[in-house]
Amino acid sequence: MSRAEVDGRAYEEVAADKAGPGPGPAQHPAGPTIRQALSVGVATGAYGISFGALSVTAGLDLLQTMALSLLMFTGGSQFAFIGVIGAGGSGAAATATAGLLGVRNALYGLQMSRIVGVRGIRRLAAAWLTIDESTAVGSLQPTPGLRRLGFWLTGLSVFVLWNLATAGGAVVGDLLGDPKQWGLDAAAAAAFLALLWPRLRDGQARAVAAAAVVVATALTPIAPAGVPVLAAAAAAVVIGWRRAR
Amino acid sequence: MTGWVAVLAAAGVCLALKVAGYLVPGRLVEGERARRIAGLVTVALLAALVAVQTLGAGQRLAVDARVVALGAAAVALALRAPFIVVVVLAAAVAAGLRALGW
Repeated sequence: MSRAEVDGRAYEEVAADKAGPGPGPAQHPAGPTIRQALSVGVATGAYGISFGALSVTAGLDLLQTMALSLLMFTGGSQFAFIGVIGAGGSGAAATATAGLLGVRNALYGLQMSRIVGVRGIRRLAAAWLTIDESTAVGSLQPTPGLRRLGFWLTGLSVFVLWNLATAGGAVVGDLLGDPKQWGLDAAAAAAFLALLWPRLRDGQARAVAAAAVVVATALTPIAPAGVPVLAAAAAAVVIGWRRAR
Repeated sequence: MTGWVAVLAAAGVCLALKVAGYLVPGRLVEGERARRIAGLVTVALLAALVAVQTLGAGQRLAVDARVVALGAAAVALALRAPFIVVVVLAAAVAAGLRALGW
């Protein structure tokens, strides 16, 4: 859940070239939007199985695992949280890492609040469902009505399927025994790589990724678990700040 | 801070961030620099998590079946394999190598 990619293109890239009001609703039936939203929901939801399994093997119980998927509901942060806990890191380090990875959802919210345009309790619901996928599908659609439809349908279908899959994965994960025997530690690394992949198209992102790998690897033997990842984020802030324009 | 406290705190932080995006006036955080830094922080966190998850063994570094599995995942990603295929492939490669005694 957090793969910022739709139809193989990074979300930012897609958002940049969909600009423009587009023709009226007559030329834009809802079918393609519905199909796109549901297919993203199914693909992303299925991936919740691996979150559930990895979470219980990282030491969380079934209810804690479910609480993460229901309340946090943002895959990158959820995987980061259990990754830090599983590596022996503190709850504070896990919370900080998950929170930093969730900052982008605030930026998505800024954008989607204009598109969704709801108030009160429905605005809370919209915020809850604001993730990479719902933002990407929503902002990709040609008309305001379809943008709202794409956002809500993607968010709701991912939410339902992600939580069902998390529960299934947590039950299966409990039965697996040693996670290493099944390669689940490697699966977690691959999940992070898959989340990272669509973001590596520009040169500065690749440079920051390389620096982050060096910083995190170098600090692992000397810093408490969780700190190497946060230090890598700090390095990104420094690089991003200094490369202004 | 352990168990439920950490789970609820982290979930609360992430949910609050989502809500903040809908409440904060856009002009406060919409600068080009803020946007770019937020994107780069995401990239750095994910790259660091890949490194730690692939090479970390508690507080030590270890090169083992995970490195080969990550290589397989990268090849699958380059070939545009779906997310779930990438993850399952990496698990299968690592599990297979370990079954062979590596």
